[in-house]
Amino acid sequence: MSEELLQIGDRIVALAKAGEQVEVVVGRSTSTEVRVYEGDVEQLASATSAGIGVRVISGNRQGFAYAGSLDQDVLAETLAEARDNATFATPDEWLGLAEPDGVAVPSLDLYREGLSKISTESKIDLAIELEKAVRASDRRITGIDAADYADGVSEGAVVTTTGIRAASRDSSCYVSVSCVAHDGDDTQTGFGFSVGRMPEDLDIEAAAADAGRRATRLLGATQPKSGRATVVLDPYVTAQFLGIIGSTLSGEAVLKGRSLFAERIGEEVAAAAFTLIDDATNPLAYSASETDGEGLASRRNLLIEGGRLNQFVQNAYTARRSGTVSTANAVRGFSSTPSVGCRALSLAPGTKLQPELLADLGDGVLISSVSGLHSGVNPVSGDFSTGAEGLRISGGQLAEPLREFTIASTLQRMLAEVLAVGADLEWLPMRSAGVSLVVRDVTVSGA
Amino acid sequence: MIEEAVISRVLGQALRTGGDFAEVFVEDKRSSSGRFDDGKVEELGSGRDRGAGIRVVVGETTGFAHTADLSETGLLAAAEAAAGAARGGGGGVRVVELSRVDTSSQPVGTRPEEVAKATKVELLQRADAVARSAGGGAVKQVSASYGDSRRRILVANSDGLLASDDQTRTLFVVGVVAAGDAGMQTGRRSIGHTMGFELFDRYQVEDLAREAAEQALTKLQARPAPSGALPVVIGKGGGGVLFHEACGHGLEADHIQKNVSVFAGRVGQLVASPLVTIIDDGTIANEWGTFAIDDEGTPAQRNILIQDGVLTDYMWDQIRARKEGRALSGNGRRQSYKHLPMVRMTNTVLTNGDTAPEDIIADTPNGVYVAHLGGGQVNTATGDFVFGMTEAYLIEDGKITEPLREGNLIGNGPKVLEMIDAVGNDFEMGPPGTCGKDGQGVPVGDGVPTLRVTSLTVGGTAA
Repeated sequence: MSEELLQIGDRIVALAKAGEQVEVVVGRSTSTEVRVYEGDVEQLASATSAGIGVRVISGNRQGFAYAGSLDQDVLAETLAEARDNATFATPDEWLGLAEPDGVAVPSLDLYREGLSKISTESKIDLAIELEKAVRASDRRITGIDAADYADGVSEGAVVTTTGIRAASRDSSCYVSVSCVAHDGDDTQTGFGFSVGRMPEDLDIEAAAADAGRRATRLLGATQPKSGRATVVLDPYVTAQFLGIIGSTLSGEAVLKGRSLFAERIGEEVAAAAFTLIDDATNPLAYSASETDGEGLASRRNLLIEGGRLNQFVQNAYTARRSGTVSTANAVRGFSSTPSVGCRALSLAPGTKLQPELLADLGDGVLISSVSGLHSGVNPVSGDFSTGAEGLRISGGQLAEPLREFTIASTLQRMLAEVLAVGADLEWLPMRSAGVSLVVRDVTVSGA
Repeated sequence: MIEEAVISRVLGQALRTGGDFAEVFVEDKRSSSGRFDDGKVEELGSGRDRGAGIRVVVGETTGFAHTADLSETGLLAAAEAAAGAARGGGGGVRVVELSRVDTSSQPVGTRPEEVAKATKVELLQRADAVARSAGGGAVKQVSASYGDSRRRILVANSDGLLASDDQTRTLFVVGVVAAGDAGMQTGRRSIGHTMGFELFDRYQVEDLAREAAEQALTKLQARPAPSGALPVVIGKGGGGVLFHEACGHGLEADHIQKNVSVFAGRVGQLVASPLVTIIDDGTIANEWGTFAIDDEGTPAQRNILIQDGVLTDYMWDQIRARKEGRALSGNGRRQSYKHLPMVRMTNTVLTNGDTAPEDIIADTPNGVYVAHLGGGQVNTATGDFVFGMTEAYLIEDGKITEPLREGNLIGNGPKVLEMIDAVGNDFEMGPPGTCGKDGQGVPVGDGVPTLRVTSLTVGGTAA
């Protein structure tokens, strides 16, 4: 299948003029999405989409164009547009496509042929089963606003005039649910999900139990008093936090003077318990992929080791300009040029599960979810402030639920104040893995 | 875009399995963008997205399929897939007769696609030069981006509706990083309207660049924001995002019908301070969330949501309005032909009160003045929401004093609506926004006059 995408790339690359670098990214995906409500199908969508992105570098100038179609006339027009766009860019001597670097492409087994043979009816049944399981988990669950099953196969190819010819293919599926719990006048919400490559990988019971637990354990929550506290971030919250830390370690942010950590390679930037790895070759990662957005083989990158900043992540351009090599961290879809980003982040896990971390801690606040990360965290200045919900930790155990408060600090300070990393590492449907994380001296703002 | 006869046949095919309702949505979108960063024109880009989404409704079930193949064969195949997904009892052939709805798209002065790329590049260069010259060397990095899009849509459905719109939007954004003794700070300004290149007759990119630089430079002197509950004065313009989050999402009929909104069952009740009138208005000339028809073919409307504190109505789309047998409100929107429409806001505004803004500040002994807001997020079921302050100041003894570092504010929608005790007379629309819901982003506008909330929790780090 992917051979067809490579051939589309080959045909356009063959049209490159002398002195011109051309990169073609072709993507195609099929997906099924089911939403059930009160035992019936509310929405069922099936779709195939495809598109192409063309990057042209000529005379040290770069231009780009994309089209959400693989029609012949559109392909030629896209190349012409990209070429025309290049003539308006500022020359930049560091521009250039990725080149084969000898790193072998790992074989990650991310595609399952069987997914296309699963009947729509059995997909619907999974979503219905999930909805039922959440309702049954607790009598205080009064509503399920969405119970979803979704799956997809995506294929991609990158072909360049510099000798890159890479194709990849993966399949994935997930179930997710969000529910509402009531008790008296109080309302709380919870969500749960499970991800896999085939429906048989999905754990419906666990997803349902998570959603029910998240909603019911917050019933009766009150606003805490303001003060400073040690917080324990639930795995899902830590994964979101790692995503922000990852963005500060981009070679592009460093080059453009937007990284907190520029000039700090080799220095202590975090507590010793903090070891951060970006590894898209880990097949357990939801975002695992054999190659990056420029067609280079994925590889394991150790970013922070025992609190010491080890390296930044790079794509071909930022690496060349920084005098180093690409770490295969080009991130993109067919509709954009490659930026630089972490692809599958995780912390090296510690030895204790969350109950043991709570027992060691004694008093603090468990943060079960955060909101407004996109508006309250500035990865350039490091200011960190986010809405939060959770439970008080008292005498080493979970105590009363808390809502409508914020937690605030700075990214620099939070990294330095990491007290422990849990043993409960789990891969989530995002570019980072979750794990319990204990952080000292965070400001809690409430009543 | 596509012949009427073809559309009629496609709708007929979509209803083949007994559908109650079928719809064809065709979209042809071209966009162009330019990005200036790190002292260079990094890239010009162009994009083309074209396709159709077809949905079929049977009872409570919606089947949906989309295709980038706009030939009759491609459309019929998508109709077949959507019909297969939503299988009904009946079946048989139905003939759909279409009648065209007259609508007039927002006028466009100068078509952006007819403006030379070099002219667009020059705007970026001018913004960069002005931002870099501010602050005597403290400005360390500048990015500027330009974007325009022309989105032509056609909607036809089994009720016989046939409507189209031609939507042109133009956008310009400047971002600045400044560095000082206490680290780096950022500034950002954006303008965007549903209009063509005449946007730049109305606004000078130099002003935008200067303001973005000033914001970053001012914040270099900022001290940590307070922590805890305080009176908060929201500045005119961009403060509208507060109401987008605090009540807008909670008034979307999909949340109401599933009983996951704190505002369910409250029409006719006092839900806000009597000073509060909130309107969602897709007709305001040239605003970012304005259009002639929504993505279900319904003409844009001005809908009063809350009048003098009383909840008057929710916002509706086709599916939810059909279910309750009520009129459409022009709030059925989707990100693209690849997405199902749902209830969305357009331009959400809180109307003028009669207090002078300076009196509101003078009457606040101590608190926080938020001049510019970032994005926000809400949990409609509990009403708890957050929004970020990207430029804020301390109010001491009725005067705006020191700048504050960034942070989030948190509150509860229904409580905050009741706690509005002053509304200014200086209404202004804010910058263009993108509202995200269920994975889909659509352009929206917001606007407010200066106003005060008696207590919001400020999420800073200062004691």
